[in-house]
Amino acid sequence: MLKDLFGKRKKYATIPNHQAKTDVPEGLMQKCDGCHKIFYRKEMKKNLNVCPNCGHHHPLLAWDRIECLFDMESFQEWDKDLITSNPLQFPGYDEKMEKDRLKTGLNEGVITGKGFIDGQPAAVAVMDSSFRMGSMGSVIGEKIARAIENAREESLPFIIFAASGGARMQEGVLSLMQMTKTSIAIKRFSDAGGLMISVMTHPTTGGVSASFASLGDYNFAEPGALIGFAGRRIIEQTIREKLPDDFQTAEFQLKHGQLDKVVHRQEMKTLFITLLDMHKEGGEIS
Amino acid sequence: MKQVMEFEKPIVNLKEKIAELKNFTKDSEIDLSEEISTLEKRLSVLEDDIYGNLKPWQRVQMARHQDRPTTLDYIEKLFRNFIEFHGDRLFGDDEAIVAGIAYYKDRPVTVIGHQRGKDTKENIRRNFGMPHPEGYRKALRHMKQAEKFNRPIICFIDTKGAYPGKAAEERGQSEAIARNLMEMAGLKVPIICIVIGEGGSGGALALGVGDHIHMLENSTYSVISPEGAAALLWKDSGLAQKAAETMKITSYDLKQLKVIDNIIPEPKGGAHRDLEQQADYMDHVIEQSLSMLKEYTPEELLEKRWEKYKQIGDFTTL
Repeated sequence: MLKDLFGKRKKYATIPNHQAKTDVPEGLMQKCDGCHKIFYRKEMKKNLNVCPNCGHHHPLLAWDRIECLFDMESFQEWDKDLITSNPLQFPGYDEKMEKDRLKTGLNEGVITGKGFIDGQPAAVAVMDSSFRMGSMGSVIGEKIARAIENAREESLPFIIFAASGGARMQEGVLSLMQMTKTSIAIKRFSDAGGLMISVMTHPTTGGVSASFASLGDYNFAEPGALIGFAGRRIIEQTIREKLPDDFQTAEFQLKHGQLDKVVHRQEMKTLFITLLDMHKEGGEIS
Repeated sequence: MKQVMEFEKPIVNLKEKIAELKNFTKDSEIDLSEEISTLEKRLSVLEDDIYGNLKPWQRVQMARHQDRPTTLDYIEKLFRNFIEFHGDRLFGDDEAIVAGIAYYKDRPVTVIGHQRGKDTKENIRRNFGMPHPEGYRKALRHMKQAEKFNRPIICFIDTKGAYPGKAAEERGQSEAIARNLMEMAGLKVPIICIVIGEGGSGGALALGVGDHIHMLENSTYSVISPEGAAALLWKDSGLAQKAAETMKITSYDLKQLKVIDNIIPEPKGGAHRDLEQQADYMDHVIEQSLSMLKEYTPEELLEKRWEKYKQIGDFTTL
């Protein structure tokens, strides 16, 4: 067509600007995922990654969580060096793991160890969703099971922070069996009288919610956390019906009797201190 | 007429031809017995070749075959006086799981299993063998009872998975599965689990914590269906065939990964070709398992159960 000849021709190319896309200067500021307000990153971090305006709980890195929970320099890490052997020789898996190791500085999606919380000893497993969505393979299962066994042997209470999209596909049925392994470890721990506290953080789904995360003597969750067995999309496809917005949130689970309490991140430590203290007498495990 | 799978068509065609020839000689004077015997020999070679070298995807098809025997079929063949008991005492009765007591030889046992339907109507009633939380809670109620009365437990696993529905989530699907895993770990009676069809993820596992885990040769056991894995990993559910291979889901794979104890052979062409024979093979394995497990004290049983699961998984150090 003739008019194409005279069509608008751009004189300048627009170079997409990453900064313009996020609206937030890299590193300095952080936008809340809940209310979209912008805060100083420092301010957000001081507030444990909870939005000072709307209270939205952003993910907390495992080390940050340990830092804000345990007494200064009291934390001793266990089994830091365990890594996957890529048991199914799954194509591309080693590369993905390497990438996430570099990205996060972690060797796997969980940190286990022991330390003191306001002077009271406790064993802990903290999952980190920034490492392959906290998906559970052989290493996570093994580290958690060993941590529970250690807690049993040393008569320590055990606290777990779950954050996981579920089982790790690349380790197939071995991932599935970690559900059993961790659950049996909890049974042994529980039979010995051990106290287990589970905190479900965003997200706790699939094989993790259907094993250790649901097996605490007390099951807590952070506000707004996604908690459930099957994924929302799968359920919507199966029942051919749109699900309500609050479906599978911590508040939804509380309403349906699946949680003991939804606990704000800032109140978590105080709650632990009280609980640990309340279980000191008579809760000693042999 | 049994449903024919694509890969077994050459066998079926040859069988038809032989039948045709036999039929023909019956009504005529011509003697074709030599031709027939050649063809029968060829059939036997062909069967060995096809059924003896099934690919993972072909086993998936076997495991899903519409005529594949279900839990109730095996219960009828393997046990005496099965009495089914219903309900979880909390919410309802989930017909995707059947549970009850029966005699195995002369010994009372508790039998629990996923139950698919034989036709659409029954499948709707049984939710295609995909349980809700009340199904798992019913199963657990029976297991506790088995422990009380010192009965061994035999579980048949045959499900695509726990039902991904709204009500299931509301009633605590996760908790129900997790609870079973934990409680089964502590049951002081022998538990034998047999995967008879599809062993789909957590929904299968919730009946699958035991002292001996066996799999029928052509059954599968996996963390996710091949279709689901393909969609998740490669954004293309059409790659299910590839996923079936990569995910290592056949009985042979699981034996190699040390997840299961025994592979129970199937009759040529699959369990649905000869239920009697299949039940026979299973009978042998159940008897063996029970006689082995009855030697242990409850404490030994639990310790061995933990040892068994403790070693599953593979990792290395930096």
